[in-house]
Amino acid sequence: MWSALRPLLLTWAGLLALLALTIAVSFAPIGPVKPVANMAIAVVKAGLVLWVFMHLRERGGLLRIFALGAVAWLVILMAMAATDILTR
Amino acid sequence: MAERLKLREPFADPAHQAAADRMGMFVFLGTEVMLFGGILAVALADRIRHPEAMIAASSRLDLWLGGINTAVLLTSSLAMAIAVAAMHQDRPRVALGALSATVALGLAFLGLKALEYGQDYADGLMPALAPPAEPTDPAQALFLNLYLAATALHAVHLTIGIGLVLWLASRIARRPEEQAMTTELTGLYWHFVDIVWVFLYPVLYLVR
Repeated sequence: MWSALRPLLLTWAGLLALLALTIAVSFAPIGPVKPVANMAIAVVKAGLVLWVFMHLRERGGLLRIFALGAVAWLVILMAMAATDILTR
Repeated sequence: MAERLKLREPFADPAHQAAADRMGMFVFLGTEVMLFGGILAVALADRIRHPEAMIAASSRLDLWLGGINTAVLLTSSLAMAIAVAAMHQDRPRVALGALSATVALGLAFLGLKALEYGQDYADGLMPALAPPAEPTDPAQALFLNLYLAATALHAVHLTIGIGLVLWLASRIARRPEEQAMTTELTGLYWHFVDIVWVFLYPVLYLVR
């Protein structure tokens, strides 16, 4: 049981550390970099959850593509929405 | 584990069925990504067009309460992951204990959220509900509408997740030998709801 628990506990500790980091970043005087940094931290946290808690590290390429397919479409949605607003 | 799956039509072997089960769950979660993605796209547009109003409105939310809730939800995901691991190692009692922790943490999240909504209401931040029509700035009101819609939709998902885990626990208590895959798929849903909050927290609370 312990060998199965170890990666889960480490991931959880990493997630809490990233939570502390994202809160610290939100107080840092770094202006426009802040939302980018906070989003990057959120992406890493989501990646950890997907990779370990949701077992993607144990799965094959096809399932990973299925898991991340919607994310690819979401990136397109965001990019196009941002392009529209930023260039108007 | 795989050989203990209850084989259903049209699958000839357990590995094939397990692969199909997982893929089906991820396709469903893909539709959920698009549902919450729409909300995140609105937040992005709002952020680009009204940066000052968004910062002003976001600063009125309770960053620490939201942060504690994030930690609660991340810990609930740990408990869920332990339950899945325990089921794969034929330890239904450990799994039931971990699932109890998952439900307790899920309920703690909802309780804190309710407390926060009450506080928001008292501060006049609840759109349409709060007595003083505050804030008067339409861009700030837009952000608070988004906050309410996004967190309420997330809370609905978490409530469904708690229901699912309770149903799963009752199945494990009755027939533990066939529930490893059901536990894993319920876990995928639970972790997804956790990921949604991981994005909602910085988007709503940490804009400053």
